[in-house]
Amino acid sequence: MTDPVVKATALRKCYGDLCAVDGVDFEIGRGECFGLLGPNGAGKTTTVKMLTCALPVTGGDLTVEGLSVKEDPRAIKYLLGVCPQEVNLDPDFSVVKNLVVYSRYYDIPRAEAEKRAAELIARFHLHDKLERPVEDLSGGMKKRLLLARALINRPRLLVLDEPTTGLDPQSRRQIWQEVRDMKKNGLTTLLTTHYIEEAELLCDRLVIMDNGRIIEQGTPRQLIEKHLPGGGNLEDVFLKLTGKHLRDE
Amino acid sequence: MNNSLAGSLSYRAWYMWRRNVDVSLVTWKTNVLPPLLEPVLYILAFGFGLGAYVQQISYAGRAWDYLAFMAPGMVAVGVMFHSVFDTMYGAFVRLRYQKTFDALITTPLSPEDILAGEILSGATKGLFAGAAILLVVTLFGLAQYPSSLLILPLSALAGLLFASFGLYFAALAPYIDNLNLPVFLFINPMFLFSGTFFPLDGLPAWVRLLAELLPLTHLVNITRAATLGLLSPSLGWDLLYLVLLTPAVAWLAIAKMKARLIK
Ligand SMILES: Nc1ncnc2c1ncn2[C@@H]1O[C@H](COP(=O)(O)OP(=O)(O)OP(=O)(O)O)[C@@H](O)[C@H]1O
Ligand SMILES: [Mg+2]
Repeated sequence: MTDPVVKATALRKCYGDLCAVDGVDFEIGRGECFGLLGPNGAGKTTTVKMLTCALPVTGGDLTVEGLSVKEDPRAIKYLLGVCPQEVNLDPDFSVVKNLVVYSRYYDIPRAEAEKRAAELIARFHLHDKLERPVEDLSGGMKKRLLLARALINRPRLLVLDEPTTGLDPQSRRQIWQEVRDMKKNGLTTLLTTHYIEEAELLCDRLVIMDNGRIIEQGTPRQLIEKHLPGGGNLEDVFLKLTGKHLRDE
Repeated sequence: MNNSLAGSLSYRAWYMWRRNVDVSLVTWKTNVLPPLLEPVLYILAFGFGLGAYVQQISYAGRAWDYLAFMAPGMVAVGVMFHSVFDTMYGAFVRLRYQKTFDALITTPLSPEDILAGEILSGATKGLFAGAAILLVVTLFGLAQYPSSLLILPLSALAGLLFASFGLYFAALAPYIDNLNLPVFLFINPMFLFSGTFFPLDGLPAWVRLLAELLPLTHLVNITRAATLGLLSPSLGWDLLYLVLLTPAVAWLAIAKMKARLIK
């Protein structure tokens, strides 16, 4: 791939003997929506946390726009918009204050921050809750606010760790629409998900991880044609590759 | 990755400080009233209640009203409690339960920025408490000026020290209940044995030696001298102790907490 936004080479993250990510290679192209799939404990969040410079890497390398997470974490973090798996909004602040305070971390001046916050609140349909403390929001609204917060610094790369888990179909569709719109505007996205339908709909390319390794990769269409030549959907491919047993963590 | 503290620390620590100050402003009633009302309770209980029995106390070669002797101790204790508890319990809750650290670590703030910001905001609480209590003490006519003004920068310094201690304890504690231990072993003994309620002269020599090691003792010494108008060059040693200890504990706290949060 020429000019990838993200490049992982032999990437590893180990806790003692357990390697949550165990030698992973992938590249994310400019403007691409790249999917990271895999059963519980596969190592998706661990990969995301290394990318967002929240966890140091054990081995290999990971670069964003040519910058290594090992050398330039701060420069990388300016480029990222991060929507984490766990909701970590500020419970003491209102909806709008969450966005304004967060934009400060990116050196965004106050007036500009307020302007961007107002835009995002309108776009994510949170205007009714503007001054409410975030504790009063429903789960879906919190996820929408997390996504809005991830966009406040106009990121070069959007990192979404299970953005639609626990949402009703309406909210899920709304987030899908947002992701597609951002893609149209050329934003590069890394998405982890358990919803195969979501991956099929949004991702240009995806990898399936299991036990810290990539076991398959390609476009959704390629994976279906390769593994289920007689027809089927991506979910059947996923189950075929990762087995039907439950993952005990 | 640049792992040296100096290399990773930046002006962004103030963003963390601003965030915590903003939270304090949202919940300002619970933050403003205790430092103002607590010393009034202490002065009533110890100053008037106990002071009725212990009317005069001998300190620095002179006899003082018990209330005048004790009041500066309250200022120093207030600085300690408010800064140490802010980082011990407050930072523990923010970093572990509210996931504030997880949210900030993916922004341009480094772990060092975040943790230094915690210490700065803890110190700010200590400074605010010190100033509020000094105000009450002043209203009771127990503080000499201008020497008492020294208490403000001193409280800021001591706030940094005690906030660093608090963050260090939070870093050591696996669960929030474990924080009872440093309260029992360190903070309460300081509260009682740092010359806050009585001069250290009467204590057995070995207890006095231990008391000299406690940072609060040195804060109390300077604070008392400032309120009573007894400033002297020998207090330079107390100041030196605080000045040297503060960066050491701050560094230790940041290193320990960072190791705990980023595995
Ligand atoms: N701090 C840690 N110490 C030890 N093991 C850990 C730690 N964090 C994660 N793990 C382990 O690493 C593995 C990968 O976890 P990770 O969170 O990356 O999975 P995931 O693919 O995101 O799963 P899910 O779909 O459930 O979110 C799991 O086995 C997990 O138990
Ligand atoms: Mg995960």
